[in-house]
Amino acid sequence: MENKLIASSSPHIRSNETTQGLMLDVIIAMLPALVASVFYFGFNSVVLVVASVISAVITEYICNKLMKKSVSIGDLSAVVTGILLAFNIPASAPWWLPVMGSVFAIAIVKQIFGGIGFNIVNPALAGRAFLMSSWSTHMTGGFIDPVTDAVSAATPLTLIKGGSTGQLPSIFDMLLGNIPGCIGETSAILIILGGLYLIYRGTIKWIIPVFYIGTVAVLALIFDGGSMALYHLFGGGLMLGAFFMATDYATSPITDKGKIIYAVGAGALTILIRKIGGYPEGVSYSILLMNVITPLINKYVTPNVFGVAGGKNEK
Amino acid sequence: MSTKLFTFKGGVHPPTNKTLTQNVPIENAVDPKVVVIPLSQHIGAPCDPLVAVGDTVKVGQKIGESKAFMSVPVHSSVSGTVKKIEQHYVPNGSKVNCIVIESDGNFEVYESVQPKGNIEDLTKEEILSIIKEGGMAGMGGATFPTHIKLSPPKDKPIDVLLVNGAECEPYLTADHRIMLEKPELVLLGVKAIMKALGVDKCFIGIEKNKPDAIEIIQKAVEGQEGIEVAPLEIKYPQGDEKRIINAITGRIVPSGGLPMEVGCVVENVGTVATIGNIFKTGMPLIQRVVTVSGSAVQNPKNLYVRIGTSYKDVIEQCGGYKEEPGKLISGGPMMGFAQFTDEVSVIKGTSGILAFSKKEADLGEPSNCIMCGRCLEACPVHLQPYKISRYSIQKNFDAADEFHAADCIECGGCSYICPSKRPLKETISVAKKEILARRRKVK
Repeated sequence: MENKLIASSSPHIRSNETTQGLMLDVIIAMLPALVASVFYFGFNSVVLVVASVISAVITEYICNKLMKKSVSIGDLSAVVTGILLAFNIPASAPWWLPVMGSVFAIAIVKQIFGGIGFNIVNPALAGRAFLMSSWSTHMTGGFIDPVTDAVSAATPLTLIKGGSTGQLPSIFDMLLGNIPGCIGETSAILIILGGLYLIYRGTIKWIIPVFYIGTVAVLALIFDGGSMALYHLFGGGLMLGAFFMATDYATSPITDKGKIIYAVGAGALTILIRKIGGYPEGVSYSILLMNVITPLINKYVTPNVFGVAGGKNEK
Repeated sequence: MSTKLFTFKGGVHPPTNKTLTQNVPIENAVDPKVVVIPLSQHIGAPCDPLVAVGDTVKVGQKIGESKAFMSVPVHSSVSGTVKKIEQHYVPNGSKVNCIVIESDGNFEVYESVQPKGNIEDLTKEEILSIIKEGGMAGMGGATFPTHIKLSPPKDKPIDVLLVNGAECEPYLTADHRIMLEKPELVLLGVKAIMKALGVDKCFIGIEKNKPDAIEIIQKAVEGQEGIEVAPLEIKYPQGDEKRIINAITGRIVPSGGLPMEVGCVVENVGTVATIGNIFKTGMPLIQRVVTVSGSAVQNPKNLYVRIGTSYKDVIEQCGGYKEEPGKLISGGPMMGFAQFTDEVSVIKGTSGILAFSKKEADLGEPSNCIMCGRCLEACPVHLQPYKISRYSIQKNFDAADEFHAADCIECGGCSYICPSKRPLKETISVAKKEILARRRKVK
C-alpha cells in the first residue's frame, strides 16, 4: 500500500464550497426575475436568455480549446454571464442581439484576459456597453409596456430624464415589475428576493448592495426629493446592478473597506450620470467605471496584518 | 467561570468529526515488541545515544542526550535490548538516528524513576531541571523544548500562563480525553509550571464543544487561587498560540515575536498533564495519548501509546484499515503531515494518526482564483493569501515578503476555504521558507 498514499502538503481537508456551487446559487437567485419577465413581457424573454446562455457557453468552450486550456464551462460562470447579459436587453430585441453580446463578453472581456477571475470589468456589463454602442436602437427603443403590451421607449427613468412626470407608473407596479424595462431589471421585489437569498447563502456580502443602494437613495433625496427618489431606486436597473453586477467577485474590491468605497463611488456615479450625463440610466456605466479602479482600491485598502504596527496592544 | 466566550477575528469552521472518538475512553495500547525511538523528536539539536547495541535498558531510562542548550533527552519506553542504532524516517518526513529496542515484555522500571515530591518543596530550578530531564517537548505537535519556553530572559517578565485545551484540529480528541480522565494531572502540571514561571495567573482555554471537559476542569481548579477556565468559541485555529493569547487576554504578539513579548507562556494541555505525571510518578515522557481516527480506520480510538511504537501497530490495534487508505496523516487534518508509509514511529508530538479513504483524500483540482475574498476572511493573521500565493507561484518572493508572507502561521484556513481549491497555504509556505532562508543569509 505504501506507494499509493498521497503525501501532499496540509491542510488535508477542503470545504464543500466550489466555484460551481457559488455560480449555481447566482443562477437560482436570478430565476424569479426571469419568471417575472416572461409573465410581463412574454415568451421572447426566455428565447433571448437561452440564446444568450448557449452562445456564452459555446464561446467559452471554443476559447478554451483555442487557448489550449482545460474546459471551464463546468464552473457555470459563462451561464451566469449569459443570463445577466440577457437581463440587460429589452424583451422585444432580436435573438441575435444577446448572441453578439455574449460572444463579446466571453471572448473579449473574459477569456482574453485569462478567464474567470482575471477579467478587469464585468463581462455582462461590458457586453451590454458593446451592444449599446453598436445597436442602440435595439437596446433603448424596444421596451415592452406590460400594461398595454405596446412597445415603448419610455422606462420610468427616461420619463424622469425628460422632465415629464405625468405618465409615471405607481410605486406598487414598479416594485412588482409591471413597468417597461429590460428583461431582468423590472421586478424590484423579485430581484431583492434573489439578492437576499445570495446574502443568506453567503455567496455575496451585504456591503456592496446596501452601500450602493443607500448612496443612490441619499443622493436622489437630496437632488430630486422624496417623490422621485423611489423611481431612482426601483424604476431602472439599480437593484439588478447592486445585487448581481456590482457584487461580481473579480471586479469588486476584496476587503470590506474597499467594498464600501467602491459601492459609494458607484452610487455617486449613478446619480451623476442620471442627473448630468446623457443617459437616463447610469447603473451599468457606474459599475464599469468602478470595476476599472478596483485594482487600485485593492492595492491601497488592505487588511491590517496581525501584530504589525498599527495593531493595538491592549496589554 | 464567566459565560463570555473568547475568540479572535478570522478563522474557519471545518466539520469537527470528533464524535468518532470523543466518547471513547483512553485505552492502553498493546505492548509493542519492538520500539524505534528517534533521537530527535523536538525542535533543536538531536541527541547522542547514551547506549550501545547489545545494552539492556529499562523503562524510563535515559537513552539519548545532547549537550546543546536547545535539546531534550529521550528515554526508553520499554525494557529490553538495544538491537540497532540506525536512520529511520520520522513523521515530519526527515530521516534521523533512532535507537531500536527489542522489548523483553517485562516493562521493568528504571531505578531512578521516583515520585518528585511536593511541588511546594521544590525550587524553581529544580522544577525546570525535572521537566528537562523528563524529556518534555510541546506535545501539541510543535515539540518545542518545554524547559526553554519556561525560562524566558530576565527582560521578558511573564505574568500569565495559558493552558491550551482548545484542541481546534478536527478529529483529534486526545486532549479532550486527557482533560476528562486526568484533571488532577492537569492541575499538578499547572502548579509546577506556575511555580517555575513565578506567575500567579493561569487560564485554561477550552472550546465550548467540550462542555464536559470545561465542567471537569472547572471542578478540578475550584478553590485554586489564580487558576481559571476560559471557555472559547469553536473556531479553527483557536488553539494557535497567538490566537489563544489574543482571545483570552486581548494581547497582540507583535509580528515575528514570541508569546513572552506580551508576558504570556502557552502550553498544550497534554504537555501540562504529562508534566503533572512526571512529578507524580517520576516517569519521564515515554507514552502519550494518540487519537487514531479517520474514514479508513475500522475502530477509531484514543490510545495511550509508548513512544517508538510504529503507526502500523497502532492502526492494527484499532481493527486495521477499513479500506485501502488514500492518505495517512500524522497530527490533525489541518496542519498534520501526510505520511508515505505507516512504518514510522509515534513520537512526542504525535497527537493523532488519521487514515483517510481514497475518496476523502481526493481534494479536487485547482481552478482559477475568482477573487471571492474568502481566504482574507479566514486568515487569522489578516494576510491576503490569494495575493501572496500568486507572488509565490511567480517566484516573486520580495513581493511576498512585502505582504508579510513570513507572518503566515500555516494553519491552512485559506486552502480549506478556497472554492477554487487552490493550494494557497502550500504556495505561501514555499514563500515563507524562502524569505526566512534569505533573512538568515543576510544575518
